[in-house]
Amino acid sequence: MFDLLLFNLRAQKVSVGMGEWITFLKGIEQGLVVDLEGLYNFGRAILVQSETQFDAWDLAFESTFAGVELQPEVSEELLAWLAEAQQKPGEIVDLDMSFDEMRRQFYERLKEQTERHDGGNHWIGTGGTSPYGSQGRSRNGIRVGPGGARSAVAVAGERRWANYRSDSRLDVRDFRVALRALRKLTREGSPELDVDGTVRKTVDNGGEIDLEFTRAKQNKVHLVLLLDTGGSMDHHARLVSQLFTAATDLKGFKSITTWHFHNVPYGYLYKDFATQERVPMESILAKLSPHHRLVWVGDASMAPWELFGRYHGNPWGSPVDSETGLNGLDWLRCVRDACQASVWLNPDPKRFWEHPTVSAIGGIYPMFPLTLDGLRDAVKQLRAPV
Amino acid sequence: MYIADEALLSSVNAAIALQRPLLVRGEPGTGKTMLARAVAESLGKRLYSWHVKSTTLAKEGLYTYDVVQRLNDSRFPDDSGRNVSDIRSYIKMGVLGQAFKADEQVVVLIDEIDKADVEFPNDLLRELDEMAFTIPELDETVSAKHRPITIITSNAEKELPTAFLRRCVFHYIEFPTRDRLQAIVDAHLPDLDKELVEAAVLRFYGVRKVSALKKKPSTSEWLDWLVVLAAAGADPEDIAGKLPFLGTLIKQEQDIDTLAAAMRRGQGVR
Repeated sequence: MFDLLLFNLRAQKVSVGMGEWITFLKGIEQGLVVDLEGLYNFGRAILVQSETQFDAWDLAFESTFAGVELQPEVSEELLAWLAEAQQKPGEIVDLDMSFDEMRRQFYERLKEQTERHDGGNHWIGTGGTSPYGSQGRSRNGIRVGPGGARSAVAVAGERRWANYRSDSRLDVRDFRVALRALRKLTREGSPELDVDGTVRKTVDNGGEIDLEFTRAKQNKVHLVLLLDTGGSMDHHARLVSQLFTAATDLKGFKSITTWHFHNVPYGYLYKDFATQERVPMESILAKLSPHHRLVWVGDASMAPWELFGRYHGNPWGSPVDSETGLNGLDWLRCVRDACQASVWLNPDPKRFWEHPTVSAIGGIYPMFPLTLDGLRDAVKQLRAPV
Repeated sequence: MYIADEALLSSVNAAIALQRPLLVRGEPGTGKTMLARAVAESLGKRLYSWHVKSTTLAKEGLYTYDVVQRLNDSRFPDDSGRNVSDIRSYIKMGVLGQAFKADEQVVVLIDEIDKADVEFPNDLLRELDEMAFTIPELDETVSAKHRPITIITSNAEKELPTAFLRRCVFHYIEFPTRDRLQAIVDAHLPDLDKELVEAAVLRFYGVRKVSALKKKPSTSEWLDWLVVLAAAGADPEDIAGKLPFLGTLIKQEQDIDTLAAAMRRGQGVR
């Protein structure tokens, strides 16, 4: 009877494994759960392993016990509903509303509909009353705090955990955790005593103590951040500065360098965008080694002539470098050839990526959204052997 | 006295019933470590704590073989009573090893597991699953006489491996609601002046609302602050006007500036 919960969870991208599912069913068999509130708490403790997924759990739980099956992807129904809502003159559609908010409203509508059809025959009808008072399960040492007697579905419906989702929430520390995975440790640091080696050498030496040393682990990775600055990137300033803070705070990289450019780099990069101090690309490229990891951050959307220069008529003068004859796209290729381990992080949501300049740049660099999940994928890509 | 909510209690009970480790996460200062102590106390069991550091290896929690000492004893014999020809004199049980060998069920706390190396939790998978480990030097297997109740805390500094997470019962300790905060005060400081507490609660939630703070004050800071306020005989009106003993609430210099700026804009008051 809990199969629907399992499928709803998986539809919410909570990857519940068979092991946890069996544990969950075993717990129920053992009588650990006596009511819906208990099921909510117990199920969450067993099936969900991170607070970032609590919101998904709430959604899945709510819809399961309200008798609705979640759609794995947002279906045509949602689009139809949105289109319909937009056409209705009386109803104002808030286009700024987040994707999650849209989806929530959609499921609310869906739920209302089922309720009308089957006459409200849900087994959560008891809603709101819990057999446990706030001091219900007290024992020595631990006491139940106030605030216990609420229906689990009502709690699930509150979506208190929405801010913890890893596909939306971001702060400096999250970035730091993700970036830390980039470090690659090699034995190059200061000497330390190698016990195994010392024992072996001492034995070989007939019991006379002979010390053996080894090098401590050290990180070899150079991190290079290339930030698109100004223009359409101003909207994303806070996000980018968080990434920047996280990266520069990180200890353990051999070096961290930051360069700026506007929309697309040409023959140079800015060391400091405010003072317009620039450094020619050749001298930057010459310093790149196999230990460098390049992270581009930019929305990659601009007027096509800025990127393709040569091939498009350009009323404001060509951005093509007069000496080298290279356009923006050529320069990006140049950098990619000099350092294979590079990714592009795009702060725009994926639905804006259907743009000629975005897809052109996406063809050169693997592109990821600038979210925690996106950054993790990007780090994975950077760790892969080139 | 530890004030838990229904969900936390349910997680603790599930972990005990299913004999799985309980993984507790949450903001610093919300009582993750205190939970293990409270559980041990309320069940009347002994607590074994293993405080993990960045250099801690998984093996150290099981046992250590002091090769250097043995090497030294073999070269420079002394009257310490250690028998160089007996390897057992140089094998010491770690926290998990001691817990496994205990004659009764105990509570094990693995504190701040995320401080150690990324691979650390993976190295403990089998030990936590089967509650047994092998000492290759002795060719012996130590298995738990009674499966200990295991509580693991994490500040989420590093992500924990999925294989490890799947074996745990997970709980996230939230910052307490106003009601529960009041209950915590009543439990820890029952003699405090009600008016003072009320004024302090308001100020405290005001401070926590300043979103730019790097480290928001948590339950432990809150209790410290109340104790200091009470000891100094602070007036409820004082608290409403300014923030005395700010240092107990805010620990980072940058946050003090942030808070001051926010208060000038009229935030962080209520």
